Amino acid sequence: MKIEIADGRVVDSVAGIDRVATLYIDAGRIVGIGEAPENWRADRILDARGCVVCAGLVDLSARLREPGLEHKATLESELAAAVAGGVTSLACPPDTDPPLDEPGLVEMLKHRARTLNLAHVYPVGALTVGLRGEALTEMSELAEAGCVAFSQADIPLVDTQVLLRAMQYAGTFGHRVWLRPQDAHLARGGVAHDGEVATRLGLPSIPVSAETIALATILALVRESGVPVHLCRLSSAAGVAIVRAAKEEGLPITCDVAVHHLHLADTDIGWFDPLANLTPPLRSTRDRAALRAGAADGTIDVICSDHAPVDDDGKQVPFGEAETGATGLELLLPLTLKWAAEDHVPLPEALERITRAPACVIGIGQATLAAGNPADICVFDPQQAWTVGRQSLNSQGKNTPFLGLEVIGAVRWTLVGGEVVHQRSGED
Amino acid sequence: MSRNPQLGSNGELVHLLTLEGLPAEVIAHILDTAEPFVSIAEREVKKVPLLRGKAVFNLFFESSTRTRTTFEIAAKRLSADVINLNIGASSTSKGETLLDTVDNLCAMNADMFVVRHSQSGAPHLIASHLTTTGRSYVHVVNAGDGRHAHPTQGLLDLYTIRHYKKDFRALTVAIVGDVLHSRVARSLIHGLTTMQTAQLRVIAPRTLVPARIEALGVKVCNDMREGLRDCDVVVMLRLQSERMKGALLPSPGEYFKHYGLTDEKLALARPDAIVMHPGPMNRGVEIETAVADGARSVILPQVTFGIAVRMAVLSIVAAN
Repeated sequence: MKIEIADGRVVDSVAGIDRVATLYIDAGRIVGIGEAPENWRADRILDARGCVVCAGLVDLSARLREPGLEHKATLESELAAAVAGGVTSLACPPDTDPPLDEPGLVEMLKHRARTLNLAHVYPVGALTVGLRGEALTEMSELAEAGCVAFSQADIPLVDTQVLLRAMQYAGTFGHRVWLRPQDAHLARGGVAHDGEVATRLGLPSIPVSAETIALATILALVRESGVPVHLCRLSSAAGVAIVRAAKEEGLPITCDVAVHHLHLADTDIGWFDPLANLTPPLRSTRDRAALRAGAADGTIDVICSDHAPVDDDGKQVPFGEAETGATGLELLLPLTLKWAAEDHVPLPEALERITRAPACVIGIGQATLAAGNPADICVFDPQQAWTVGRQSLNSQGKNTPFLGLEVIGAVRWTLVGGEVVHQRSGED
Repeated sequence: MSRNPQLGSNGELVHLLTLEGLPAEVIAHILDTAEPFVSIAEREVKKVPLLRGKAVFNLFFESSTRTRTTFEIAAKRLSADVINLNIGASSTSKGETLLDTVDNLCAMNADMFVVRHSQSGAPHLIASHLTTTGRSYVHVVNAGDGRHAHPTQGLLDLYTIRHYKKDFRALTVAIVGDVLHSRVARSLIHGLTTMQTAQLRVIAPRTLVPARIEALGVKVCNDMREGLRDCDVVVMLRLQSERMKGALLPSPGEYFKHYGLTDEKLALARPDAIVMHPGPMNRGVEIETAVADGARSVILPQVTFGIAVRMAVLSIVAAN
């Protein structure tokens, strides 16, 4: 199938392109930008005038809820949500039921995802058996089955001896280690940032030191072992400062922030809105400002959706009993654009945070539109507004604190492997 | 959810969920309404027909004797039909969600829920559920939610203070003890700041003071002697027994040494200072018997006023 994406603004920081051009796709690959290959005759032309054409988005954390939690979401629903959000590759954390600690589970997941032929799914394997923080998983077996990295998801590894050994073992074979910095003890029982809002509402709280202590621990072990680590979901200004200093020191680390945390703070909990119960907790407006600045100056490499579909049963309960998380795959692009527009971050740089940078963290090449690369592409209208609502979301998880918000930036077409896997209704 | 969910479109009180954000006039109106109800209790027939025919459900997800009993008495003195439901610690253990329970009781034509729950915000959840499902004629009164609020306790505390001290704007009030876990303290702080109390202090060790409590308009004193100096009102908080030994405090004895109210420490307050306690008291832990039973203690009048204040709240909310 020969596809032509005609006259869009092609933005690709890797190839150094930012101009209006036509993209030519054949046999699943990009075969030309601006100039048609010889004897070109397109089977399909996508009129991208007024649109931005960029590499498909890459998301570092999308919970698909399979295996085991299919009542919350399925691969069908969440991969449809991914491509509707322009996401063509995603990593899914191992906190499924059972956790992704056996090759069979990973193979099954990869197989199911391939059959659906939507976004590419890159499972993240459990770092320890059952995520219990005691014994190492068979990382090489899991990597062969398709795991691109190893993590504890949101479950802290309490035993620092196990943590060091897990890092050393993973490092021996070049497996990637992703860790979310949170001290298990300081976070125990907490549901909100330790500040004025939690005090007013009487919510058990999690101090910033839960993050900074865990960061200090992880960084000390990185120094000790030399093993690179990707840090997941920073939440605090102090955390950003620590990461900035560690990068200046030259430690082999990267890090990400959830897109929700660039826009929300603990004040958005309002009168106990369970939709604002997220992991890590929303912190103060000062913390939010530091996260935004960190994402702008590159201290924070990646912005991710931290997609966690939660059903109504999980949210229609008192705040402290609510399941944490929010749907995010379809909001990653518009919320990143919103941040970029508000903080005057140039578009190519903003897109870099959700394309090339996460692709590097996963280790799946460049996410670029250069000729010869697989045609995983997102075409979006940067002017079109739409309202986040239950009807407008493809994800089975309809719960997000952004319900009712008008956002700007709508995905027109998503291509995976040179095939149109999503088109916005009303487009042809 | 940013709007104060307990006020109707004309600013009238439809639910009582928290004292935070409640206008001073509304608070004063509740206290004024409570005054005549105090004398009803002294009559031979202790009943008025204000809530005749109304079904008040005491929905207690957390055990309570005093609060439940005083709400029951208040509703009965208003001639309401009172139904007590002690659902125990957790609704989910029975497989029924909180909102399912509420829906079922609504189907039994409840007019009002008096709710106690271990989770902060549970009464807000019920109130917003009733609103979104078009049943805003059913009222919710918070009888204590987690660490968040205990507004009728706050109101009865305000009533007591006003009864003995008249003008809030001239007062120095100290709240002593486990502020971190105390919904009583939070409600009283909001009530007193709204009524423009001159000075509000909380006295506790650092382990029992929540983050940035100063933002609520209080001064923190870790030293009880310093905190009690020239106070007009001393409010002692209950210390839960599970918090007396562990990482928050080493022992009840050491707690009493630093933060127990004794005659000797009370002497630092004004000579006419009153001593309050929401009950139930731990004698010898937060307060010594000589003070609890002493001339300046108004702990038992608090209980009596509590019924009148709850009658006022129930009748005002039901009328809106």
